[in-house]
Amino acid sequence: MNLGSDRLAPRLLLAVACTTMLCLLVIALFIFKEGLPFMVKVGLGDFLLSSDWRPDSGHFGILPMIVSSLWVTFGALLIGAPLGIAGAVFLAEFAPQGLMRVVKPAIELLSGIPSVVYGFIGVMVLAPFIRSAAGGPGLSILAAAIVLGVMILPTVMAIAIDALRSVPQSYREGALALGATKWQSVRMVVLVAARSGLLAGVILGMGRAIGETMAVIMVAGNAVKMPLSALDSARTLTANIALEMGYATGMHRQALFATGIVLFLVIMILNGLAGAALKRGSLKRRARGR
Amino acid sequence: MTFPSLRPSLETRRVPAFAVSLLCCLLALGCRGREGSVTLAGSTAFQPFAEKLAEEYDDAHPEVNVTVQGGGSALGISAALNGAAQIGMADLVELPPDASALVATVVARDGIAVVVNPKNRIAEISMPKLRAVYMGKIRNWKELGGGDAPITVVSRESGSGTRSSFESILGRFDLTSDAIIQDSNGTIRETVANDGNAIGYLSYGLVNEKIRSVEVDGVPCSSENILAGSYRLVRPIYLLTLGAPRGTPKGFIDYVLGPAGQASIVADGLLPAPRGAASPAGGVSDAPAPGPEGGAR
Amino acid sequence: MNSHKLSQWAAVAVLAAATALILAVLAFIVFFVLEKGLPQISLGFLLDRPRNMGKEGGIGPAIVGTLLLSLLAIAVALPLGVGTAIYLSEYTRESRLTKAIRFGTDCLAGIPSIIFGLFGYIFFVTTLRLGWSLIAGALTLAIMILPTLIRTSEEAIRAVPRSWREVSLSLGATRWETVRKVVLPNALPGILTGVMLSFGRSIGETAAVIYTAGSSFRLPRGAFDSVRTLAVHFYILAREGLSTEKAYGTAAVLVIAVLAVNATTYALMNRFIRRRSR
Repeated sequence: MNLGSDRLAPRLLLAVACTTMLCLLVIALFIFKEGLPFMVKVGLGDFLLSSDWRPDSGHFGILPMIVSSLWVTFGALLIGAPLGIAGAVFLAEFAPQGLMRVVKPAIELLSGIPSVVYGFIGVMVLAPFIRSAAGGPGLSILAAAIVLGVMILPTVMAIAIDALRSVPQSYREGALALGATKWQSVRMVVLVAARSGLLAGVILGMGRAIGETMAVIMVAGNAVKMPLSALDSARTLTANIALEMGYATGMHRQALFATGIVLFLVIMILNGLAGAALKRGSLKRRARGR
Repeated sequence: MTFPSLRPSLETRRVPAFAVSLLCCLLALGCRGREGSVTLAGSTAFQPFAEKLAEEYDDAHPEVNVTVQGGGSALGISAALNGAAQIGMADLVELPPDASALVATVVARDGIAVVVNPKNRIAEISMPKLRAVYMGKIRNWKELGGGDAPITVVSRESGSGTRSSFESILGRFDLTSDAIIQDSNGTIRETVANDGNAIGYLSYGLVNEKIRSVEVDGVPCSSENILAGSYRLVRPIYLLTLGAPRGTPKGFIDYVLGPAGQASIVADGLLPAPRGAASPAGGVSDAPAPGPEGGAR
Repeated sequence: MNSHKLSQWAAVAVLAAATALILAVLAFIVFFVLEKGLPQISLGFLLDRPRNMGKEGGIGPAIVGTLLLSLLAIAVALPLGVGTAIYLSEYTRESRLTKAIRFGTDCLAGIPSIIFGLFGYIFFVTTLRLGWSLIAGALTLAIMILPTLIRTSEEAIRAVPRSWREVSLSLGATRWETVRKVVLPNALPGILTGVMLSFGRSIGETAAVIYTAGSSFRLPRGAFDSVRTLAVHFYILAREGLSTEKAYGTAAVLVIAVLAVNATTYALMNRFIRRRSR
């Protein structure tokens, strides 16, 4: 019986693993089947580079949405990445062990809060604050960037902490033995060694920011025009899909699926980059004979 | 470091058993017949009312199970067409062409109030000016007699029945690309309440002290004016069925049109269905419909 | 003072300030929601169903719906996820197939939830004629949490020292027995972390759930009934502006639930770690 189950198990598990792949394939197929014909019909140039989004009259340019998504995401990274990495460095390198045990779960709590709650707080508190402090309608790229920045903090921090913890203690000890202060050893050795892990965390945070829908719809304002400043209201790719999918038919619906394809490809590229970054890091470590 | 025990712990054995039995229970429960159940789907503006009506109908008819979903007017139409729902809810002034296969029953009317922040001096606006504001042609409050401040235009997403009706009544136009888009009445109310320069529109029943409705063409937005037909931003709420309503769905629709259902609707800010009108041809005002050209459209 | 020590001091201060800022933001969010929402919570609120469009009554059915949906989704995704993780780490060498599987799951993780919702609506609700139901929602959610489960399970499995496997094999156990009796029990804390993360994520999902499980506020009587989750209920209340107080109450329950889930799982994890290292 032992031999039997030992032969059966891997086959079963392979089937299970392939089911997972199947799910991804089905979803990818689903998006591409609806969106690809549209891209072929309208042409990538018009779709991606035109600023005219008026589906009722047959205009499907998503450039403003692409630009808005980029602005919002980079804004979120500007806020979330430095904060997240700084927090991770503090907790992993300088804070007493007990603090990590308390603070890490607290940060994970942040990631459990539903995005609609974030969006709601953004509407009730953040947007009016931005409006009175900086002008504009308040519902803006800035508001979305801040909300998203806070939302990706846990991701960036968790991965950064893992990356820092996986730097061998011998690196730190070596630096200290050479006379460096703790901060110098962190700055010049640990951070450098963990560089690729930190980058992976940032890239995954970026992926999360690009894909966020509910919170962004509530605070970004969703205007269809090309944003010219961080205080302008803007519509991201995800918001565009969510706002219009419920009722879109025909070409309009295909256009939204085509937007989905664009998102899908962007996220695939980002994941590829994150993977490459992680691999480079682990290869270097293996080369050094860890 | 001690070597771990090779005996599977009780915990690892319990979990899969629990999961499997949970699954079986749920599936077994679910495989019951679904006659005597009605699903409504569509307009998010009408959804809360439909839920309340469903509650009341359930209390009176416990053998029927009425479920209400949202998703928007257009989802309501497509759900009614593909059978995911027996009744679709739509709050559009004009039903789109693919809804022609459906039979539409008017069960209520809803006024669309044009609202501004309470600090705004403007108290009334004409329809052509309103249209110009939403097209982006009038961009500053001083052109309307108010202070010197840019107008923040707030609108709904394109699939909204409220927006469709609003634009349709004002005369079709391209919304300015500067308009802030929100996806529900409630968030439009929040936006206008928080922004002194904002103008928006929403269901008349949702106006509260945080915002102020303005007169349109000199007519204040009130139930009397809507019912009389003098306030023109009105839209009907349709319940759509594939073919004439019959069976359990008909029972529910009859309840909604009956005195108890209508009273419930009115109690929460909607307006009753036009007297004697059970189809869109009847128009939306209580004034007698003179013929195919009549009705407030 | 030594300039290096000075710059170290400054650096640590900045880092500590950053951490404090993060915690301050978290505290603000939690206290904002709880301050406005706790007064709403009472036994009646937790057990009663929404009445009068959610302006009165409670959120009982939403709580039940949330639990059922998340548990069902985990029940479906856990075997798939752990199975895939075991396969990837125990039974294959790094090859193109495994890289593809890993890449695929990472991409699945990044797909916006709205796309899952639409996929679920078109595939489960309409094509498979499941209707807006607990099961359509659970299947959609299961696909969404699958990547997290796979990733965390794999990490947990890899964290089990190779020597333990080798000892087990040298004692005569088969590979599968080793997995079952040595690797899995010791990877359990890590797998549980994945389950907790997924549970947390599924509690907060809105877009995917609305399109698949619908938003009926009734207590579900079976797997084919529509349910409303807390996040969906909150979204509807907040959007339509029907009752800001009840909305805050719902949000408060959500935040407390997430707190409770996190705390419980950490307690469980610590218990396992302590037991294993005896």
